[in-house]
Amino acid sequence: MRILMKKNLLILLCLIVTFVIVQVLIMNGIITRFHEITIATICINIILAVSLNLVTGFTGQFSLGHAGFMSIGAYVCAIINSRMDSTLGFLIGILAGAVAAAIVGVIIGIPTLRLKGDYLAIATLGMAEIIRVIFLNLKITNGAAGFSGIPRYTNWMWLFIFTAGSIILINNFIRSSHGRACISIREDEIAAESMGINTTKYKVMAFTIGAFFAGIAGALFASYFYFIKPDAFGFLKSIDILVIVVLGGMGSITGSVIAATILAVLTTFLQEFTAVRMIIYAALLVLIMIFRPQGLMGTKEITDIFKFGKREERLNGRRNR
Amino acid sequence: MSEFLQQMVNGISLGSIYALIALGYTMVYGIIKLINFAHGDVYMIGAYIGFAATTYAQLGFFPALIISMAACAVLGVFVERIAYKPLRNSSRIAVLITAIGVSLLMEYVMMFFVGAEVRSYPKLLSERVFEIGNVYIKAQQLYIIATAIILMIVLQFIVHKTKTGKAMRAVSIDKDAAQLMGIKVDRTISFTFAIGSAFAGAAGVLVGIYYNSIDPLMGIMPGLKAFVAAVFGGIGSIPGAMIGGLGIGIMETLVSGYWNSMYRDAAVFAFLIIILILKPAGLLGKNTREKV
Repeated sequence: MRILMKKNLLILLCLIVTFVIVQVLIMNGIITRFHEITIATICINIILAVSLNLVTGFTGQFSLGHAGFMSIGAYVCAIINSRMDSTLGFLIGILAGAVAAAIVGVIIGIPTLRLKGDYLAIATLGMAEIIRVIFLNLKITNGAAGFSGIPRYTNWMWLFIFTAGSIILINNFIRSSHGRACISIREDEIAAESMGINTTKYKVMAFTIGAFFAGIAGALFASYFYFIKPDAFGFLKSIDILVIVVLGGMGSITGSVIAATILAVLTTFLQEFTAVRMIIYAALLVLIMIFRPQGLMGTKEITDIFKFGKREERLNGRRNR
Repeated sequence: MSEFLQQMVNGISLGSIYALIALGYTMVYGIIKLINFAHGDVYMIGAYIGFAATTYAQLGFFPALIISMAACAVLGVFVERIAYKPLRNSSRIAVLITAIGVSLLMEYVMMFFVGAEVRSYPKLLSERVFEIGNVYIKAQQLYIIATAIILMIVLQFIVHKTKTGKAMRAVSIDKDAAQLMGIKVDRTISFTFAIGSAFAGAAGVLVGIYYNSIDPLMGIMPGLKAFVAAVFGGIGSIPGAMIGGLGIGIMETLVSGYWNSMYRDAAVFAFLIIILILKPAGLLGKNTREKV
């Protein structure tokens, strides 16, 4: 069977080993509760960054409203999970949150994705702001005071499953023919259109998938931190996610993963100096754009680097024979 | 009816502040096709400079306004030279991300130095209130409207009657052709930033007086709304920015007056999305066709 290829088995093995190692460390108390928060932040940020990367890095649609989708996932999951206080309720909440975010993604994507570049950025920003204002005024979300008392079902296992799942699914999407269509839109929209690619369809598709996973990340966020308020999902949150994507490299999933990890660790160290942290974030953003606009990884994946080595090996092997 | 007129008066004074900020956006966008996200923060710093000039140096309204405008002009040119000039030939997204970075940098550097707390602005202008029929007009509102109108006339003069203004218009139409004609493009762009930032500084002082409070994050929302105003009027068009600013100001006061003030930001953004879909070029903008 193709699914049991050597490479896939290797990935599965790596995943299981990572999971077991961290699980053992948590159970032995080597990773304390304080560090667990960092791990949760890393996982949630990875999902957010990878999903935004699909929209901004791979499809080339500059979105500044990712936190809006995150907040939809967070609130829907919080509302469902506090009514249905069980693991099943938690899973239903996550799914419902993600689907709700995806539906809003379609509704917003169809009109706004006709816009280009800067205009799209502002339109998505405006949309996130509208979502925030709606949550501020709804009764069911408890307005500006925030929604508290969300049962906590998110633990390392669920975080790991959802993070790994999101990365694998998005990675597979990008390697499919749909994903290649998305990349062609990034490279040149007019050329892609003249090659017969329905650009609007693929843009909305990427946007919706991005929204779906942002919804999952929001749901995990709500469930892990058991308190959410609309202000946590403002413009600055969207920028936070964007910084990760830009630092990692627009168009590199492994880049997003690495950048999410680096920034979360950095944030933990700078916990007490919030102002300094934001100054560093902002300066980082400007400096990356001036000196290394492609980010840490550019559009390369970590496997590309290894693949290069492998090809040489293969060539050498052939020569020796 | 009198309530409606009252809302209009409030809307026009708020709108003239938006118009002043929107002018900076529209001029910069017209010339280098960049949404200068940092513009709202130049406006915030303008408000703080005005605050410092009136509180610590005990200056009056007009000296404070002039100092704030001059300092903001310098700041705008500085930001352009440091952050945007190295990216003149990069992709649009790269420059946009830089602009967001500069914006955050200014906010948090400011917060680091002056603290996050809200400060109350000194009362500089007379507190008199004129009553016409049942409509109350504050002297402050008259000052705001008058300052905005004078500055806009000055701008029209600069853009249409001076050599630099001619250079600005030429660069905004075709940068390369302008350069071939011997126009110093870099200097013209810097000048555009200087004027736009000076206007933002003036708007900062006016807002400080009008709302009586300033804080390091005050620039985000008015900055974005002024951008909406610039898009509404047709980005790149100076009269468009004025009309757009007034339109957004009036709309905002009407929404908070007749509906719910919590929804006023949402209404502005919903309006933006509607304009972008129905008439992306704005009221006075030119439709540009994309070339392959």
